[in-house]
Amino acid sequence: MTPCEAPRGRIHSIESFGTVDGPGIRYVVFFQGCPMRCRFCHNPDTWVFSGGSLMTVDEVLAGYEKNRVFYKSGGLTATGGEPLAQLPFLTALFAEAKRRGIHTCLDTSGAGYAPARKAAFDALLCVTDLVLLDFKHSSPEGHLALTGQPQAPSLAFAQALAEAGVPMVARHVLVPGVTDGEAHLRALGRLLRRYANLKGLEILPYHTMGKAKYDALGLDYPLEGVPAAEKKDAQRARETILRELRKTE
Amino acid sequence: MRQEWTNFREGNWCREIDVRDFIQRNYTPYEGDESFLEGPTEATSALWSQVLELSKQEREKGGVLDMDTKVISTITSHGPGYLDKEKETIVGFQTDKPFKRALQPYGGIRMAVKACEDNGYHVDPEIVDFFTKYRKTHNDGVFDAYTPEMRACRSSHIITGLPDAYGRGRIIGDYRRVALYGVDRLIEDKQHQKDTTRTIMYSDVVREREELSEQIKALKELKELGHIYGFDISRPAANVQEAIQWLYFGYLAAIKEQNGAAMSLGRTSTFLDIYAQRDLAAGTFTERQIQEFVDHFIMKLRLVKFARTPEYNALFSGDPTWVTESIGGMGVDGRSMVTKMSFRYLHTLENLGTAPEPNLTVLWSTRLPLAFKRYCAKVSIESSSIQYENDDLMRVTHGDDYAIACCVSSMRVGKEMQFFGARANLAKCLLYAINGGVDEVTKKQVGPKFRPITSEYLDYDEVIDRFKDMMKWLAGVYVNALNIIHYMHDKYCYERLQMALHDKEVTRWFATGIAGLSVVADSLSAIKYAKVRTVRDENGVAVDYVIEGDFPKYGNDDDRVDEIAYNVVHQFMTYIKGNHTYRGGKPTTSILTITSNVVYGKNTGSTPDGRKAGEPFAPGANPMHRRDSHGAVASLSSVSKLPFRDAQDGISNTFSIVPGALGKDDAVLLGDIEFDLPRDCACCEPNLPVDDEA
Repeated sequence: MTPCEAPRGRIHSIESFGTVDGPGIRYVVFFQGCPMRCRFCHNPDTWVFSGGSLMTVDEVLAGYEKNRVFYKSGGLTATGGEPLAQLPFLTALFAEAKRRGIHTCLDTSGAGYAPARKAAFDALLCVTDLVLLDFKHSSPEGHLALTGQPQAPSLAFAQALAEAGVPMVARHVLVPGVTDGEAHLRALGRLLRRYANLKGLEILPYHTMGKAKYDALGLDYPLEGVPAAEKKDAQRARETILRELRKTE
Repeated sequence: MRQEWTNFREGNWCREIDVRDFIQRNYTPYEGDESFLEGPTEATSALWSQVLELSKQEREKGGVLDMDTKVISTITSHGPGYLDKEKETIVGFQTDKPFKRALQPYGGIRMAVKACEDNGYHVDPEIVDFFTKYRKTHNDGVFDAYTPEMRACRSSHIITGLPDAYGRGRIIGDYRRVALYGVDRLIEDKQHQKDTTRTIMYSDVVREREELSEQIKALKELKELGHIYGFDISRPAANVQEAIQWLYFGYLAAIKEQNGAAMSLGRTSTFLDIYAQRDLAAGTFTERQIQEFVDHFIMKLRLVKFARTPEYNALFSGDPTWVTESIGGMGVDGRSMVTKMSFRYLHTLENLGTAPEPNLTVLWSTRLPLAFKRYCAKVSIESSSIQYENDDLMRVTHGDDYAIACCVSSMRVGKEMQFFGARANLAKCLLYAINGGVDEVTKKQVGPKFRPITSEYLDYDEVIDRFKDMMKWLAGVYVNALNIIHYMHDKYCYERLQMALHDKEVTRWFATGIAGLSVVADSLSAIKYAKVRTVRDENGVAVDYVIEGDFPKYGNDDDRVDEIAYNVVHQFMTYIKGNHTYRGGKPTTSILTITSNVVYGKNTGSTPDGRKAGEPFAPGANPMHRRDSHGAVASLSSVSKLPFRDAQDGISNTFSIVPGALGKDDAVLLGDIEFDLPRDCACCEPNLPVDDEA
């Protein structure tokens, strides 16, 4: 393949020192474009599919290679935006990373997963070491209201991960008054129970730092007036979910 | 063998003054964790509350509690001073009481007077008179010899922070020698050196003989200082308490004599651990007692104070003394030099609480024992008070018995010293290149009247060409100003005690410095990769710049601009090396303005990188604020490409990070995100914000 034919991804930005999206120090690649419109999203600048810069796999990995020594106990994380929306490029990126011995981690909502394209997704899962899967809400209605997208693809993706045996860390954003209800949290615990590949649970307290970006983009801030969640609330929510998760029915 | 040396393994150190040999033969590397450490004793807590109370009073009084205005500070000028004699296990203050700042006029009487006046004190008129009419100071000597050009460069701030009115500092006496040998043996050695100088009296031989005589006198006074506190330090120290006390007397004598810009301690912990191990084995002291000695010693180091002016403190953002102590590192034989004493030193941050001084500096190697690395991380998280430097890099040139002076200047203890050299403002130099030597702020002709650049848009090749000429000129003025300064400092404010704790043959580093590197790199990058239009005043002097388009910015691991930064450092160093240096000093440079970047920026006009007149530079070798957009690793990588070979006096990168960005919980930090510093970054200071939310 000549360089001109090399697949290109639409990349929003790259963070060379990521410590919160996967183990160790990580080279975090933010994909441009996302089908979801989560009300708490703090990266609205990654929504549209038209922005960002076009980069080849080699270009993305060049920055990793230069500073490889920093990432010896970490690796590469794809996030966004929604990486799955650029499945061919993502697969090519992870495949090449694996070939070079780099730990690959995918931070996703599972949006866009389609069982009809199972083969294509399985190709990605073969070269994925860890998935941070964001469970937006415990119920289909709640999910639709919060993100503007149906929940089914995300759950189907989780199921595909379980079947492929890809380790998964479940994530959930705790938004005061929206996703912090007891019943919802317990329902989420029950939902997570079915995944044998579940390795961890991270409850991310909602914060308001994304607001400035909405202002800069001239967008209305959907959660105007909602306060940031406290770290201890997130801890409590995590315990509630875990309690339910550990029940054996 | 002397009785004080019982149970020590013999070696060359018994025959010659050779502290490193003593350490290598006798120290016990420690691979374990911190569980052996002891908390503060009652006496320690009581003394420390006393210190906190005095500190509070000092703050309430506006930063100075008391100043000596009558007694000129010498090694023996004051009677003993105590916090609480009964409780202190390590004693000695700079004057007759804690928190009283000494009067030290040899660097310059004007500065000494101003430091007092600004704090509401008045130096005895007789002393002022004496140091004006009868006794010349370093400051007077320098200004007698300065050329008009040097003065102009000084006033326009193209050369800044020259130690021409105060003590130069940056010299580390090997204070361990006092403990290991006792002062009498050191005097004997210096006497022998004096007896064996060359015999034809060339001026350098005369100077050497005079200096050796001064050193011997200083050592005799050091013995007297011991007597003042009731100790006989003519003999070697016999146990760990004495070893700390003897060593501290050596350091105390130095700071009584010199108000240096940085008065660093050296590398003492592993040395002292040898005594501690022997005492623990013999049952002389318990671990609890030894930690108490260390706590009291560190407490003393925290109370080192100098009389300084508000301007000085503004330049350094505080009241720093740079009592730097280097801890850990690896030996050239591959053994770790971490001992239990390394832990005890860091543990003072837990027993006494956090403090910026002494500047505890861990010489970091990827091969340090894991338990020690974890403990460092833990104490760093709790205290934000540890500095880290790259031992793997510095050991190559300095061996395993070097220490850090100030923040990054490495030198072999007792074998190398440094002529401290302030810095050249290369951002301003670039503006001079564009404006043909006319200062962009004062509009005066300061530099040579080279042809200015008159085009509307700046051309990269033309700018580089002129910039090189201007750097060459600046390097010449700069090095020669330093030649004057160090000549006069040796003559009028000689560090006789510190030099008495050095070998006869000393390597002298001739330190210079660079300010504004990232401004220059980004400016040249903007000129090369974007279009930069000049905005001129009525006389055609370029006073502002408009950038059209984007350009690669230093701090993003982008070779296009990082290469420019590399070339600037290398080129400037080449010009520095082209000059004669005083006393055969070996030229080196540093890129380490840690705080003074604000002041330098204030005195520099708008630059072609888009920085507006008066805005701060980035500290040290840091990328400019907010221009590094690819995260910390990319930012650090840009810095680490700078040539350490040229900037061996240190490259600093001040790095602040919110705790949340380091991981989700504290446990993540302890080892999980450790990384090697394999490239050229000598110094990295992670400063966690004080309002730690984690």
